[in-house]
Amino acid sequence: MKKQKTSSSERLQQWLPKLILSPTMIIAAVFIYGFMIWTGVLSLTKSRLLPQYDFVGFEQYAKLMHNERFLVAAKNILIFGGLFILICLIIGVVLAILLDQKIRLEGSIRAIFLYPMALSFIVTGTVWKWLLNPGLGIEKLVRDWGFSSFQFDWIIQNDRAIYTLVIAAVWQASGFVMAMFLAGLRGIDENIIKAAQLDGASMPRIYWRIILPQLRPVFFGAFMILSHIAIKSFDLVVALTGGGPGYSTDLPATFMYTAVYTRAQMGLGSASAMLMLGAVLAILIPYLYSELRGKRHG
Amino acid sequence: MTFKPTLLALTIATLSSSAFAGKLEVLHWWTSGSEAKSVGALKQQLEEKGHTWEDFAVAGGGGENAMTVLKSRVISGNSPSAAQIKGPEIQEWADQGLLTELTELATENNWDELLPQRLAEGLKYENNYVAVPVNVHRINWIWGNAKLLNEHNITLPKTWDEFFTTAEALKAEGITPLAYGGQPWQDATVFETMVIGMKGPAFYEQALIKLNPDALHSQDMIDVLNNYRRIKAYIDPNFSGRDWNVASNMLVNGEAAMQIMGDWAKGEFSAANAQAGQDILCAPSPGSENSFLYNVDSFVMFDKKDEGDKQAQADMANAILSPEFQKIFNLNKGSIPVRSDVDTSDFDLCAQDSAKLFVKAAENHSLLPSMAHSMAVSAGAQGAIFDVVTNFFNDDSISAEEAAKRLANSVQAAQ
Repeated sequence: MKKQKTSSSERLQQWLPKLILSPTMIIAAVFIYGFMIWTGVLSLTKSRLLPQYDFVGFEQYAKLMHNERFLVAAKNILIFGGLFILICLIIGVVLAILLDQKIRLEGSIRAIFLYPMALSFIVTGTVWKWLLNPGLGIEKLVRDWGFSSFQFDWIIQNDRAIYTLVIAAVWQASGFVMAMFLAGLRGIDENIIKAAQLDGASMPRIYWRIILPQLRPVFFGAFMILSHIAIKSFDLVVALTGGGPGYSTDLPATFMYTAVYTRAQMGLGSASAMLMLGAVLAILIPYLYSELRGKRHG
Repeated sequence: MTFKPTLLALTIATLSSSAFAGKLEVLHWWTSGSEAKSVGALKQQLEEKGHTWEDFAVAGGGGENAMTVLKSRVISGNSPSAAQIKGPEIQEWADQGLLTELTELATENNWDELLPQRLAEGLKYENNYVAVPVNVHRINWIWGNAKLLNEHNITLPKTWDEFFTTAEALKAEGITPLAYGGQPWQDATVFETMVIGMKGPAFYEQALIKLNPDALHSQDMIDVLNNYRRIKAYIDPNFSGRDWNVASNMLVNGEAAMQIMGDWAKGEFSAANAQAGQDILCAPSPGSENSFLYNVDSFVMFDKKDEGDKQAQADMANAILSPEFQKIFNLNKGSIPVRSDVDTSDFDLCAQDSAKLFVKAAENHSLLPSMAHSMAVSAGAQGAIFDVVTNFFNDDSISAEEAAKRLANSVQAAQ
């Protein structure tokens, strides 16, 4: 009798965590993976206004490859994502190193740099829209100062507008990258640096050869976070340029929204969503693989 | 396609006072001051009949947000009683078998007599009415700041050639000739008024309604495109992404002399204390004085089980088309009544002109649905046209020939 009781309480103990986690698991399974699969299925149909299940194979994907606007969006995500990640990393590292020089007021400076991250992209986009508007913002200000030939009207130029997205996004996210690197820098053993100094290494050399290589995991983490911010970018485009001029600043996320919700092209939109998922997986899987393998060794 | 043609019985019941009272949940996106007032009038009429009105207003995005909500409600099997849907989307929804047929009600009240044929066609699915029209906006208007124009002895241009001479003269005086908002639908609005103004209603019909690839890729279209881009010389450099009402305010404040926009702009003018017809002059957009590009808002009804709810839907459809409501609503909204037997003497001068032409244009086959305002072609084809037009306007490296070719190709791909 006593023995049985122990085993049942043991069993409960064994099951309880799973039981408590299961609602979350089910919700995640349905609302994340279930809907992913549903989107995948829809991308193979000719759904227009509402979902319908006339399968047409990969026709929507083929259409996408000939869709001028999608190709612009795909090119834009490469330009925007590439520059955004690169510039954020550079600015983040440089700011972190400068802040790490044991300066005064470090706390307040750090807060100032980190603060943009507390804003939503909608706010960032709206503010930068005004700043970049040639008739209202920076261009007008500098001209009013007397430099009448000053020009900074990228936001209304077809081939430059995409860079204004980079400016606004970098402004928002680089402070956060700085914080990540600062945390990384603080985690480095000072004795190593002291030893290097004793050996006569210069400061830049120490950073380049000793400190930065140790920050590799931080680089990885920052890269992951920035790349998913880039791929998901939607609100920034909506607030800053509205996809314009023309559709020159369209990104895949805004393309997908337009196709599904305003143009009754649900199949086409789903196909573009699947391609975005593919792009995310292409970055995520190698990363997860290297992470998991690393752990096993460790 | 499933129809529930049970409304006749209900209509008869209506005539002998409301036999049933029901609940009406109405999805719309009329949330701005004057629009909300207009909806209030409808609500009051229906509440007098004993129905409960549940306002289901979803603001923003020119109805985009409302459509998103509506789709999710319908997919989950919980559709509202009525929703504001217009243009070819009516047929798309009807094609899903979700809409209530209104034919009995329409026959009863002679909708075929009341409405111009062209407009009525747009409300039908397989020859049965499935939508009830609320108002008629005219797209092809050009508005002018009276003070600016008088100072320089300029009248609103009657042809596009005249427009460009006028614009050149204004520019020489240091005035921005045209208030312009660089958003795809606004680009398309100006573009379509140019198509009809330069090449006439027959070409408009071939190109932007029937989407005939030969017309889309014709020399005429190339001609229109070339002229369309000439406009860029006569607008201020900050047009990109500007909202239409901001552009309208430029006109009111005298920052620009003219604007091409539908007659809802009057709401913006009167909000800024400028009287349409006096402070702000109106004229048909250049070359289109005999044509009427229309944007008609309408409501569709979703199938309901409850008898009371069905009754409420029938009452709503009747109320919308009643002369009293047509007058109150359209006075507030800046549009004109859909039925021509409503007295328009209380309307402003521009609306009276519009109402006269509405009847005349219907007879001359120059009453045409607007492409830019989702009245003429499917959302996919419309989007394809928007893409090409807006890209052509903003990117000087694309030639008009190339744009016309893209127009024909991408419209075909989107169908």
